[in-house]
Amino acid sequence: MNLLGEPFGYEFFRQGLFASVLVGAVCGLIGVYVVLRRMSYIGHGLSHSVFGGAVVAYVASIDFYLGAGLWGFLSALLINAVARRRKVGADAAIGIVTTASFAVGVALISRTRSFTRNFEAALFGNILGVTVVDLIAVAIVAGAVTAFIILYYKRLLFITFDPEVAPIYGVRRGWVDTLFALALAAVIVASINVVGVTLIAATLVIPASTARLLTDSFARMLAVSTFLGAGAGLLGMYLSYWLGISSGATIVLLEAGFFILAAAWTAILPRRRRRTAIPASGRLVEDRPLDAGVLEPH
Amino acid sequence: MTSTVAFPAGHAASEGDGEAGLVRLEGVTCGYGGPAVLTGIDLTIASGAIVGVVGPSGAGKTTLLRAMVGAVPKLSGSVKVAGRRVSFGSTPKVGWVPQLETVDWDFPATVAEVVLMGRWSRSPWRPWMTVDDRRAVEAILERLAIGGLGGRQIRELSGGQQQRVFLARAMIGQPLLLLLDEPTSGVDIKTRDDILHLLADLNDDGMTIVLTTHEINSVAAHLPWVICVNGRIIAEGDPDDIFTAEILNETYAADLRVVRQGGAVLVADAAPHRLRAALRHTHDGYEHAHHEHGSSGR
Repeated sequence: MNLLGEPFGYEFFRQGLFASVLVGAVCGLIGVYVVLRRMSYIGHGLSHSVFGGAVVAYVASIDFYLGAGLWGFLSALLINAVARRRKVGADAAIGIVTTASFAVGVALISRTRSFTRNFEAALFGNILGVTVVDLIAVAIVAGAVTAFIILYYKRLLFITFDPEVAPIYGVRRGWVDTLFALALAAVIVASINVVGVTLIAATLVIPASTARLLTDSFARMLAVSTFLGAGAGLLGMYLSYWLGISSGATIVLLEAGFFILAAAWTAILPRRRRRTAIPASGRLVEDRPLDAGVLEPH
Repeated sequence: MTSTVAFPAGHAASEGDGEAGLVRLEGVTCGYGGPAVLTGIDLTIASGAIVGVVGPSGAGKTTLLRAMVGAVPKLSGSVKVAGRRVSFGSTPKVGWVPQLETVDWDFPATVAEVVLMGRWSRSPWRPWMTVDDRRAVEAILERLAIGGLGGRQIRELSGGQQQRVFLARAMIGQPLLLLLDEPTSGVDIKTRDDILHLLADLNDDGMTIVLTTHEINSVAAHLPWVICVNGRIIAEGDPDDIFTAEILNETYAADLRVVRQGGAVLVADAAPHRLRAALRHTHDGYEHAHHEHGSSGR
């Protein structure tokens, strides 16, 4: 028993555990919107963009969170602006903005060559280096993003489901998109020390995709994705201590394991409900006869 | 078994609540940044009317609907609904039903979640469904004959039921005006018939309805008032009066013939034998090639 509780005796472990659970949960939460808005690539791109901002902040002696956060936020806004041009798709916009931003970071590093260790920590995460300040930053971001998602739940749901129609019903799409970009940039900045630039996209996308396999309800998908992200953060951190593997990689591998289990579960077990195959037109093609409850009352 | 939809007479656009009308467009020219899609639109739709908008693809049918909710950049003119000047996002008394083809059926949303989007502004900061919300959803689903399906994922419904879900979302906010973009597009004959009967019932209850359609014979010809659009309003009135070869040829820039028999109007291609001959020719060529290929393969 004492052996199992051994890591909890170390302050660095407790801090790292707390940070990884919070990061896992908040990435799982906001990841639902990222996945459903088909923006999975933006998580990958923005994390690279934030890296560029982090390097600029370092060189300019600006606070990491301020510099990287602002850089990420502006990148997200720039992506939105470029993507709205009809001739450039969102995927190309992400590619242009974020790789250019990442290149700024690489260029500055190659010029100064003075912070290789920080560079590696940003790329691959350094959970053992999580300080109290980092922990507070993660907690503030997690709290603020959760509050945003709760308060803007209806607007975010409407915009995510039906972005063209939501404004007709009075949802201010530009404002909500801007707040969402700010929230996403903040989550990515807060997650860098825990999972690293290269793995952040996975923590955003995998729990949400797993949750999607397990439920057809938006509200439940949010809850399941958050729970899976937090669970992977907790278990991943603990396992990484005993296995001697990078905590970021362990968390992501666990999340991938959850996804495989969920995929197998939904593939093997018969669905509770009648499943249908519907072509793009939305017309119904039954895979078995309709039951009485689905027949239209006439 | 399908039947002819009998829309109530006397809901013509020029009748109803006097000169003001529920919807009033005066000298509206609008577009999306390039050339104007619609030019010089003067239109009045009376309260309680049911109006169809017809025209070829790209003629501006959907744009005309979008202009009524301020969702298209206006170059000149004014749009008023219920006496209030319309601006984007400030017309909550309008219900919008999108084309079914544009809906993401894989989205993890239940029927109740989709319907509730229509009244998000009643309690914008509260994420959960209140007892009042639940009652409102159940009432509107019952009214549209899909009661008991609130917990179903939207993909699990038939085409007619799916259309009713979006009608329910549009109506739960108790709108003055219902706008439907191609409500019968991509559905079978039975479903189309159901939808038109439902719209007739709603109109009978006093709901003002404007819909776009490509289906001249099966939808537009049954409506009491139709607007022919192609960049401008070519004609408006009772289809019995305005479905003439001259007006339709100008609207569609095609050679069309109008057949009137037993009070019914049938619009047909003026030279169907030419199309038939062209298709037969293609078919003969295919058969010949197929036969050749089959022979050489043996």
